[in-house]
Amino acid sequence: MNQEPRASQGNLRRTAGRQLIYLGLASLVGFGSLMWALASLSEGVAGSALDAIAGSVTLALSEEPPQLDSSRATDTVSGQILGHVMEGLLRYDEFNRIVPGVAERWEIGATKATFWLRDDAFWSDGSRITAHDFVFAWQTALDPQTASEYAFILYPIKNAEAINNGQLDTAALGVTALNDKTLLVRLERPVAYFNSLLVFPTYFPIKQSFYEKRQGRYGADASELLYNGPFVIEKWVHGSQLRMVRNSHYWDRNRIRLNVIDYAYITSDVNATLNLFKDGKIAIAGLNSENLDDALQRRWKLERFNEGCVGYISFNHRSGRLTRNRHLRKAMQLAMDTNELVYKVVAMPGNLPGVSFFPVWLQGVERRFRQEFPAPETQVDITQARFYLAQAKKELGLDEWRPLTFLTGDRATTNKISEYLQQEFKEKLGLDIAIDRQIFKQRLAKMSSGDFDMVLAGWCPDYADPLTFGDLFASWNKNNRGEYKNPELDQWVRIAQNSLEPHTRMNAFSKIQKIIHLEAVILPTYETGSVYVRDPRLKGVVKRAVGMDSDYSNAYIDG
Amino acid sequence: MANSRTNKHAYVRYAVIRLIQGAITVWLIATATFFAMHNVPGDPLMDEKAVSPEIRKNLQAKYGLDRPLLEQYGIYLSNMIRGDFGISYAQENRSVNDIIREHFPVSAILGVLSIVFAALGGILFGALTAINRNRLPDIVIMFLVIMGISVPSFVFAALGQMTLVNVNAFLGVSILPVAGWGSVSHMIMPSLILGLGTMAFLTRLMRSSMLEIDNADYLRTAISKGLPPTRIFLRHQLRNAILPVITVLGPSIAAITTGGFVVELVFAIPGLGRYFVQAVQQSDYTVIMGTTVFYGAFLVFMVIVVDLLYGLVDPRVRLD
Amino acid sequence: MEASFSFERTETIARAVTTTRPSLTYWQDAWRRFKANPRSLISLYIIVTIGLFTLVGPWVWTINPMLQDLDQISVPPGADRRARVVEPHVRWAITETPWTTSTTQLAVIGEATTQAVRLAWNPVAGASGYRVYRDIAEPNSPDALGLPLTDIVNAKITGFEDRLDLKPRTYFYSVVALSSKGFELKEHATLAVEVTRVITVNEAIARGLSELDESSLIGETVYLDFHPLGTDYLGRDMLARLMHGARVSLFIGVVAPFIYVLIGILYGSIAGFVAGRWDQLLMRFADFVVALPFLLFMILFKIIFNTEPGESGIFAMLLAMILLSWPATARLVRGQILQIREEAYIGASRLLGAGSMYLILRHMIPNTMGVILVTLTFAVPGAIFTEAFLSFIGMGVAPPNPSWGSMCNEGIKTMLTAPHELVFPAVFISLTVLVFNLLGDGLRDALDTRMRSD
Repeated sequence: MNQEPRASQGNLRRTAGRQLIYLGLASLVGFGSLMWALASLSEGVAGSALDAIAGSVTLALSEEPPQLDSSRATDTVSGQILGHVMEGLLRYDEFNRIVPGVAERWEIGATKATFWLRDDAFWSDGSRITAHDFVFAWQTALDPQTASEYAFILYPIKNAEAINNGQLDTAALGVTALNDKTLLVRLERPVAYFNSLLVFPTYFPIKQSFYEKRQGRYGADASELLYNGPFVIEKWVHGSQLRMVRNSHYWDRNRIRLNVIDYAYITSDVNATLNLFKDGKIAIAGLNSENLDDALQRRWKLERFNEGCVGYISFNHRSGRLTRNRHLRKAMQLAMDTNELVYKVVAMPGNLPGVSFFPVWLQGVERRFRQEFPAPETQVDITQARFYLAQAKKELGLDEWRPLTFLTGDRATTNKISEYLQQEFKEKLGLDIAIDRQIFKQRLAKMSSGDFDMVLAGWCPDYADPLTFGDLFASWNKNNRGEYKNPELDQWVRIAQNSLEPHTRMNAFSKIQKIIHLEAVILPTYETGSVYVRDPRLKGVVKRAVGMDSDYSNAYIDG
Repeated sequence: MANSRTNKHAYVRYAVIRLIQGAITVWLIATATFFAMHNVPGDPLMDEKAVSPEIRKNLQAKYGLDRPLLEQYGIYLSNMIRGDFGISYAQENRSVNDIIREHFPVSAILGVLSIVFAALGGILFGALTAINRNRLPDIVIMFLVIMGISVPSFVFAALGQMTLVNVNAFLGVSILPVAGWGSVSHMIMPSLILGLGTMAFLTRLMRSSMLEIDNADYLRTAISKGLPPTRIFLRHQLRNAILPVITVLGPSIAAITTGGFVVELVFAIPGLGRYFVQAVQQSDYTVIMGTTVFYGAFLVFMVIVVDLLYGLVDPRVRLD
Repeated sequence: MEASFSFERTETIARAVTTTRPSLTYWQDAWRRFKANPRSLISLYIIVTIGLFTLVGPWVWTINPMLQDLDQISVPPGADRRARVVEPHVRWAITETPWTTSTTQLAVIGEATTQAVRLAWNPVAGASGYRVYRDIAEPNSPDALGLPLTDIVNAKITGFEDRLDLKPRTYFYSVVALSSKGFELKEHATLAVEVTRVITVNEAIARGLSELDESSLIGETVYLDFHPLGTDYLGRDMLARLMHGARVSLFIGVVAPFIYVLIGILYGSIAGFVAGRWDQLLMRFADFVVALPFLLFMILFKIIFNTEPGESGIFAMLLAMILLSWPATARLVRGQILQIREEAYIGASRLLGAGSMYLILRHMIPNTMGVILVTLTFAVPGAIFTEAFLSFIGMGVAPPNPSWGSMCNEGIKTMLTAPHELVFPAVFISLTVLVFNLLGDGLRDALDTRMRSD
């Protein structure tokens, strides 16, 4: 008899079930081998957070540096990497003092500065660093063809601005290599803070012959860059890894104690970074107000850091804008409770309520600038605010307030702040605020064209002098996107720019601080800070408000 | 056998025609994207710090933005035909070709894995639920499917990563890495998470497609003919039910490549999805164009492949 | 011959008609079977309930979803709402005169409230400044004292006022002296501080929490506003936000898929039906649309529709979704139609003189109903997620308008500390998706012609 089972609903299902299990197992095996095959195509595996024997530390980057051409670098991530693999004439030490870098000694006067380069400063290809490398780098950055965004930072040098604007040839730059080891810089005007400019990436040297051989790809890859800093980039897998190893040609190599700094992860997701830290994969992770309690429950040692930037609401002062009216701005100034904003809404330790556009860490004549010249305080006063508002309404000849356009970016904190302020101004002043949330470039485009009433902005220092904040609202400053114009303020900026005398300069800054407050040119929201967690075995990490943010060049692993 | 040869001939002819049509489609995509992009406000040359008008002029000249739009379009097309997508605006020293070459494979690996995972899982679970209709496995799997589709991918990605952290901490060893890219172990979690939604979709599709076939005449014929159940199941039920699943695979690849952004961000994966979203946010014209045209061409090609496969699997479909 | 024309009406036929069951149309039959399925009915009821929640809800629960209750930020449902009324906060002017006492190293000055905690400590010899920490549990090691609140760079200042995000709970404050180079010295003092919840008198009056007047209100205990589902990161009522968010999410989630699936069905069935050259042309156009970059066109539509600041931008989003999402359905339906058109009954129907439209509407679409409904039910979460994804990258519905997707997106950040901010919107999305799926199942069973014999 034929025992082949006949298909019925019941045994059809059983057979089908069995077949499915076979198929399932087969596909599991198939899936596994496919994955294995694909894995052989990719590369890059990272170790644990710290390896004391190998002297290596693994970290995460929030984003990838666009490129590492020092003449063009603009962002903080590039600044951080460049700070490790390059060195300028001067550098910051672990106590944030300016110390010799490639230059052994220097003299800075009112009209010129001279730098004597050390004998043992070499490029990573073994060749000597010469004064010509600086001349070439600075000329390149100023060349209008390079179109460097940070060329302005070289403007104190003679003819720099004219070259950058295409009026003079790059050869006219006031920088001369007297010989291979002596660099003479002629200055356009006396610059009180010139030494703190020299640590900026735009001032780093570039070797001409190497640069020209790259044909426009300088700094695009690990092999497309010549190094002179404590580290060299050994491997750069775009979007995923940037691995630096100790530079054997670096003159001060005995100072360096880490062998490897491995940025093995690139993600801007804060939770992902924290998860990597929890898993022991990275040595430092930033925290935010949302995951703070989780971090506390894990009993980690937390650290706080003043980032040095100032967040503010910038008003549009162009004619025809309601925000051009001083009383309207004053009303908003009096209604805004920055304490509540910082302590309850942003709720992140390290942030300080905005009082002045000049942050607390800036150095004055002897003490901190804000200790010597305390900022005028604003007490929330709704009655007075409403009075100003009524005045503004009269002056503007309005029957009814039009909604004010509040341009913002797309970051998470930005949302919180703008939504909070929108409701606050509505409740306290009855003002309608229309939030215009835009992605990065669209926001910039609208800022430049003046298509806003208020914009949530931020300003970070480029060098350690109050002028980096002080000249922002000068009428000629292109970053003065609200187009605020005030001859009195301009005059104080000129004094601060041209004087070498600390008292005169600080006094000028205090006048600027006062004008910004009295005229409510902008409304400072908060000074940015951050809290992070660090593997306690990693020591000697330096965080700075100016210059490279996290400096691992003095770091070491303890235990 | 003359019939089979004409069939083969027709098939090749069909394939060639489809490829030509595909090329036209890609050209249309490039054109539409080009003009759409140039109409979106935002200037790729603008950055946090303002630059002088002279420098702006130089930059515009460098990227050819000072020419009339139509001329830019012409230059762009001719470069594109030569396979040159230009230099990125945001990563000034990197070409778009480099970016695609380096990051597309990563996205492709992730995408292929999750599609394979989704398709296999979808077909298996779909078939399983269909043959056990309204019984326990059906109810359990369908409940999971609902879970799978009703939670957004960024929630899954975050939860998945958190689970890994806790499992690793609990076991004391790192069984699977929390993030990063490079080895097999890095790929498992992201591809599972990326494929989850599609798998749920395919499971349901497969289930409903199986159930429809349950009542098909040819199945009844096969059963009444007394064919062995294995043969009925594999040759008649499963094979016919897979057809609609294959149709959606092509577009699903599109869904997975865009959804990939979140997974790539959370798991720190250097895929093209991150570069594309970043490029859109930064108005990086050349990268937007390059990736769009590349993805467009890739997609169109995938659709053609799927259609050709369809023709092979289902002989009833006429190739006109 | 005459006789042949005379027909006689017979009784039997009439009787035969009366004995047959009433003839049911296709739709009547479908409705009958739909009603017989309890799962479909329940899902229908839930959908109606969600609809009422969305449309009628805001009329019943009239809390403004934008209103910020900054005294209750990220509060879970059922939290203690009692608060004591106090005077408005006045900044503590800390002078350089050191606070000294022999008994304790560190002490609270005045009362510790959610408004402020004022600390003072004895100066430490050799210190250049102090660092103040705050922890949520008793520190067990001098290396982990909790959250660093501030660095005081002046050794003469031995007081600090903490106002950062104070919750009614016990905090452990520690003060560490700093060396001249800014390193922490060994000495530290820790103090447990019980913080009580307070509300300022003007807030209490502004919110109408009590009938009393200003002077007699101070010191009284009032109940803060009631938030049945808790509050979000700005103290806004979750229930109200869920109701208002439903408008955006359901509008996007239901309207967009309905329209684009409908377009997809028509487009796909026409393409599948006409076949040949026209089919090719139509499908190549679909391929073209599929490959267009969604993000870019999303921004473009926003501009074309001139979404003014402050507007939600929901119509631009809807349109972008409809215009860019139909091809998937179209391809699916076309694939099905291509299969069906080869079936014998289509040929038979055609032979009987059926027109194209009749064939499409009567035979082809009903026969693809199963696949179509699956697509539709999946399109609902798909659309809700697309909106959420756009929020994720900052291109979603303009703030402060809530949507379930953006609420989920915000909630994910506080997943560990305030899970209710993620759970509620996620549950609403899941529930919506679930009922649409069950409904889809029910409809499929009811509408599928081939299931009629069951």
